[in-house]
Order: sequence, then C-alpha cells, then structure tokens
Amino acid sequence: MLELRGVSYRYPGAARPSIEGISLAIASGEVVGLTGANDAGKSTLCLVAAGLAPASIGGELTGDVLVDGASVRALRPNELAGHAGIVFQDPGTQRSGVTGSVFEEVAFGPVNLGWPVAESVAATRQALRALGIEDLAERHPARLSGGQAHLVAIASILAMRPGVLILDEPTAQLDPEATGQVIGALKAIVAGGTSILIAEHRTDVLAILCTRVATLKGGRVVADGPTVRMLADAAPADGAPQ
Amino acid sequence: MAQAQRSLAPEDVELLARLAPAAPTAYHRLNPLTKATAAAGVTLAAIVLGGYVVPVALLIGVVLPSAAAAGVLRRVARLSLAASAPILVSVVLVSVFTRAGTTVLFEIGPFDATLEGVDFAARITLRLVVVAMALVLFGLTTDPRSLVADLERRGVAPRLTFAIAAALEAVPAMVERTRAVAAAQRARGLDTEGSVGARLRGIRPLAGPVVLSAFAEVEERSLALEARGFGRPGHREPLWTPTDSPGQRAARWFVVAGVAAALAAVLVAQAAGVLAGLP
Repeated sequence: MLELRGVSYRYPGAARPSIEGISLAIASGEVVGLTGANDAGKSTLCLVAAGLAPASIGGELTGDVLVDGASVRALRPNELAGHAGIVFQDPGTQRSGVTGSVFEEVAFGPVNLGWPVAESVAATRQALRALGIEDLAERHPARLSGGQAHLVAIASILAMRPGVLILDEPTAQLDPEATGQVIGALKAIVAGGTSILIAEHRTDVLAILCTRVATLKGGRVVADGPTVRMLADAAPADGAPQ
Repeated sequence: MAQAQRSLAPEDVELLARLAPAAPTAYHRLNPLTKATAAAGVTLAAIVLGGYVVPVALLIGVVLPSAAAAGVLRRVARLSLAASAPILVSVVLVSVFTRAGTTVLFEIGPFDATLEGVDFAARITLRLVVVAMALVLFGLTTDPRSLVADLERRGVAPRLTFAIAAALEAVPAMVERTRAVAAAQRARGLDTEGSVGARLRGIRPLAGPVVLSAFAEVEERSLALEARGFGRPGHREPLWTPTDSPGQRAARWFVVAGVAAALAAVLVAQAAGVLAGLP
C-alpha cells in the first residue's frame, strides 16, 4: 500500500515546488492513474512516491510518503527497492548495461538485494512468466524491440517483489501491439495483489487498467475519482478522440 | 528476505551455465584472474628483464602456445601488430637514426643508422610485441563480465566492478549513440562523409549532442540503479561465477613469486653492475 500525506516537493535550486499538497492513497491491488498536461508534476510525483526524491536527487520534501505503512524518510532508496519499484519512461536508461542476457538483467535487482541465488532465479523466472516473456530469457537486453524492452524493464522491478509498482508513462513510446502487451502484463500483475500508480497520457490505457484516476495541474491534484467518471469529465465536448 | 531456503533445480543450473560467457577452449575457461596474472607477468618480465633472451623465451614458451591453444593465434598476431605498429614505427625511426653509436651501417642525409641504434630498436620492438600479444590474448579470451564477476566474488566493491563493466560496455553504446546522432544531423544537412575539411567541421555538431545526451542519461540511470537496490551495501550472490581451482591458484602465486624474484634479481644485479654485459 502507498500513501502520500500532504506531500510537497521542490527540486534543488528551484524557486517553487513541482508538486504541492498532494494526498493520495493506493490500496493493495488497486491501480490509480495520474493524468495531466506535460509539466503537471506526474514524473516528479512518481519519483517522490518511489522514495528517490529527495533521497537520491536532493531537494525538499514536506508531508510524508508511506509505503506499506513505513515512511520513506526512514529508508534509503536501495532499502525501498523491495517495497516500491519504479519503471521509467525510457527502458534504455533503466537497463543496467552490464548484463549479457534478459535473465541476468531481470535478476540484477534480486542479486543486489543480496538474495540467495536460488531465490533470485525463482523470482526472475516468476517475473518473466508474469509478463509472458520467458522466451526472451537468453536474449541480449540491448537487442529487443521497444515493447519487449518495456516488458523487461517492468519484469526487472517486479522480480524484486515490490508491493507497489510505479510506472511513468509506460506506453509513451510504444505501438498499439506493444501497448497491448504491456497492458496485458499489468493486468496480470494487479491480479497478483500488487498496487500500481501509473502516470499516463493515454486515456484508453487508463480506462482499461485503472480503478481510479487523479488529475494533476500545476503540481496539485485538481480531481480524483473513479476512472469512468474522471475520463467522462475529461472527454472533449466535440467527442474528438484522445 | 524472509523466505524458505530453496535449492536450484537442474533446469536452473543448466540455464545459469548457458548464461555464463561462452568458453570454447580450455584456455578461455581459465579463471580471468589466472589469465590476467599471466598477461601481467609476461608484461612485467618482458619490460623489466628486457634484452633478447627473456622476451623471445616468453613469446615462444608462453604467449604463442597459449594463443594457439585458445585458437586465436592469427587474431592475436594481427591485432597486436596493428595496435603496436604506430609506436613501433616511431620507436624504430628514432632509435635507429638518433641513437649514438660507433658502428655506422648506412646514412640517409644527415642521419646515421648505427648498429647500436638498430640493436636498441630491436630490443624495444621485441618487448612491445610481446607485451601487446600478451594483452591482446587476455582481451580476446576473457569476457569482461567474467572478469567483473570474478572480481566481485573476491570482495571487490560492487560499485567498482560496476564501473569497470559499465566502462567496457559503454564503448559499443557510445558508438551506437554516435551513429544515431550522425544520422539525425545528416538528415538536417550536415556533411559527415565529404572531404577531410567537411568531416572536421562536422565533429562539433556530432560531439555536442553525443556528450550532452550521455550526461542527461546519467542521472536517470543512476536513479534507476538505486531503485534496483544497487546502492545496498553487503554481500551479493551472483548468478554464476567463473571457475577456479587449487592448481590455478598455485600457478598464479608461482607467476607472482617468479616475477617478484626476477625484479629483485634485476635490482640486485643492477646494483652490482652485472647486467651490463648481458644480451
């Protein structure tokens, strides 16, 4: 479970906070979508929720972020890794760059967490299976299609068995087929009880995955409610497709 | 992790064996530290002991048989000569024509080629070729991932081994990035394949985006690593590690002891002025 209590965050050197007064709770097995224009604060909120801001990049945080009931302030990012995992928009930058196969890439997290080899292998196999990419296990992680690379990036986080998965625009660079693969994989993950916070522009993706959607504007949550109502409210009056 | 201890299933053992870098010959299968020790030992011995006898003995007795056993003799010869050729040419020219000597072999303009200069150039060439071949042999038979995994297993800090691995793996990534930037700049009219002048003018518009994008990637990449537990201190259990054996450990210590003894002997001999007359 993930809970943000009155969270504001200002980047180092910035004059004003990028997100302000955000309160949001995501229960186990719930999928909450974040929408908003570019620069609304979605990616910043993802970094804060994952405990990376301010711990890794500095800046100033007020309010509190609780993961499974524990404040992220008390934990270093690497200690949070097994509790809240974040998948970035570009899977290329998420790749460790030091592994020779998808299996090793997905196992990179569990190995870092100091798990015994047998546990790392079991968690890696489980993550690959959950995302339906077992057949990629022995492929080189740098030689994958965009959709495959995204699935591997998600599997890399999932292998650490986090209770909360945070995704920053996971389908932004994907074609419809790859988007379908990612959506299918995320639905399977949610069925396993993982909570998901997903920043996403595409309303069709939010409609399929999310139970609730929060809209950010200028770093503040301006609307929060069930997906159907939120997307209906956000739909253009002329009915133009999103 | 509060989970019951598991053991690896036979299919897991097979998979992990396949994930380890390919090792087609017995020489490839040697522990990376053994190969590194051999390369370092040959390098140090060739440089410090010098002359003709030691480098030739190392070449015939160690480097060439090892390269042949690894099936890379031709590649080792080709790559090491290509790598050392620019240095060799300059060393030979400078040594042959500028080194003082009493026996003049021939003259080119104001320059005398002396026997002493040729002798010096031959010694240097021999040393360089032996060193280059030993290092190229190590490079061709050792996967960087094996070296890094072995170093980590021996207690070297994960941050250091990651830096080594990332640096080695970064070269192809940088080449790929440069290709992408070059294609993008060509699409905007930059001439990157014309005359030498045009190519030189094209360096700045290429280098800028390549370097800047690499810097931009560093922050997100370091965040991603943190999110995957990379900064966690403490013991790690890698999925696979290169094999080692008591025999190899003994061989490494033998090489270290041999090189140390040779170094000591050289220092003592130099102090006593004994080496002056040796070939």
